Amino acid sequence: MPAMLDKRMSAADIVAQLHDGMTIGIGGWGPRRKPMALVREILRSDLKDLTVVAYGGADVGMLCAAGKVRKLVFAFVSLDAIALEPWFRKAREAGTLDVLELDEGMFQWGLKAAAFGLPFLPTRVGLGTDLAELGGLKLVHSPYADGEALIAMPALKLDAALLHVNRSDWRGNVHIFGPDVYYDEWFARAAAKTYVSCEELVDRMEDHYPAEAHHNIVERSFISGVVELPGGAHPSSMPPHYGWDMKAFKAYADAARDPGDWAAVAGRFVGPSEALYLEHLGGKEAVAALALPIF
Amino acid sequence: MSEHAHDITLAELCIFACSEAFRGNGEVVATGVGPVPRLAAGLAKLTHSPELMMTDGEAYLVEQPVPIGPRAYDDRKPAGHLPFSRFFDAAVWSGRRHAMVTPTQIDRFGQINLSFMGGTYRQPKTQMLGVRGFPGNTICHPNSFFFPAHSPRVFVAGEVDMISGVGYNPAKRVAGGHFAGVDLRRIVTNLAVMDFGGADHALRVVSLHPGVSFEAVQAATGFALENAVAGETALPTAEALAIIARLDPHNIRASVIKDNPPARRAA
Repeated sequence: MPAMLDKRMSAADIVAQLHDGMTIGIGGWGPRRKPMALVREILRSDLKDLTVVAYGGADVGMLCAAGKVRKLVFAFVSLDAIALEPWFRKAREAGTLDVLELDEGMFQWGLKAAAFGLPFLPTRVGLGTDLAELGGLKLVHSPYADGEALIAMPALKLDAALLHVNRSDWRGNVHIFGPDVYYDEWFARAAAKTYVSCEELVDRMEDHYPAEAHHNIVERSFISGVVELPGGAHPSSMPPHYGWDMKAFKAYADAARDPGDWAAVAGRFVGPSEALYLEHLGGKEAVAALALPIF
Repeated sequence: MSEHAHDITLAELCIFACSEAFRGNGEVVATGVGPVPRLAAGLAKLTHSPELMMTDGEAYLVEQPVPIGPRAYDDRKPAGHLPFSRFFDAAVWSGRRHAMVTPTQIDRFGQINLSFMGGTYRQPKTQMLGVRGFPGNTICHPNSFFFPAHSPRVFVAGEVDMISGVGYNPAKRVAGGHFAGVDLRRIVTNLAVMDFGGADHALRVVSLHPGVSFEAVQAATGFALENAVAGETALPTAEALAIIARLDPHNIRASVIKDNPPARRAA
């Protein structure tokens, strides 16, 4: 029997594939389904000068607070119940970030342009607002009889994408499910390499979940590395496995005011290792017990 | 006026007035962001406009509006599915949606801001949420607004600090651009109901909440309003109040407007 394709890596191996100055897409949405364990691994590394592309939550807040971000591509940064992400807000008001602010729909359109290898995709979205002028977005005109002026949403090409998924096998056959999978599949297709952490890792997906292949919403040719990190979305939500940890988000938000210094609190929100991080929470069982959020 | 007017709160009057924005919209997704707009969308669906579509606030389409506030996770009955991954294709960019939201600022052109105030793009004085979906919403489908605290800080003089949503400003019309989708409907505040039916889409007051004068609304607005007042804003019916109470069992609506005043202002 030929050797099986094996994409297993450690979180540290994954971060070692990333380099200073890279453009990194982060899946999920606000405080939901974020690959936070991989983000924490970046925070434990020397990686810097990143361009971060995300529907932002605490992933963006933490990376900004730690000074990892040179440029941010975003439509919002929010923790839902805590509407304004306090560490992102601090970084913005300090003027330390280059930014490209986009509409949520334009954002996914840019990922799709990148996925299809196109320089841009046209859209009406952004016309009549300040987005185009502030972001340097250009117009194109329809070559057909209508001649319509449209914004050319540039491809959001990613050097790497990070996702937290429900399951994967060693080969990168991922299962992504729950009420909403956001634009995770398009982050993967927009990226040169995609690295996933997962709640559950199996050797051969077909031997374990053959009836659930419709959850494989992005093909393994887009997946370069996999690591099993149960609880890896904490403190964001990961339905159906666990909800977000609003107590942890509150503590994190409070720390932006007092002491307001990331270096002084990074130990609490990142820690020296993922094992210790989980241990402080009471283990992965404590994460699994977090109630699913109500909207 | 109703004999129970003294029991009806201003928030309930606003919910009732907001629900009118969704009347006769057809089979579109009614999105109310925040307690008052969300209760209004639910009320509209359960009374005059059952054809409306709406979500549970997450990703499922429901035919029975989901009560707001704490509830059991599975206490919803999905009839369909509208995750974000389909949302822009199917609801926003298709125009099959009417959203009611609360921006931080709005100006005389109906331009709205949710991004930042003061400073620059590179270094805002006050960073807010970001433009979210406002640019797409406002060029693709109808939008209405609810403001719980009508003031010149919200209804700003001049223009909003960062134009996050398209309005009727002729100076922002790009030649050859298609702006037919711009459709700003109703504004409900703690003082009055307004629409964009004035000259060149000027904002006009169409009804005043009980005990509020046009002058008071004008004084709380940073630009000139047209006076098209046709009467007092209607008080919610007993049926509407019962539905509102059922959709908001924890009385979250009481926290929306400062001091939760009654619908009729004390003389």
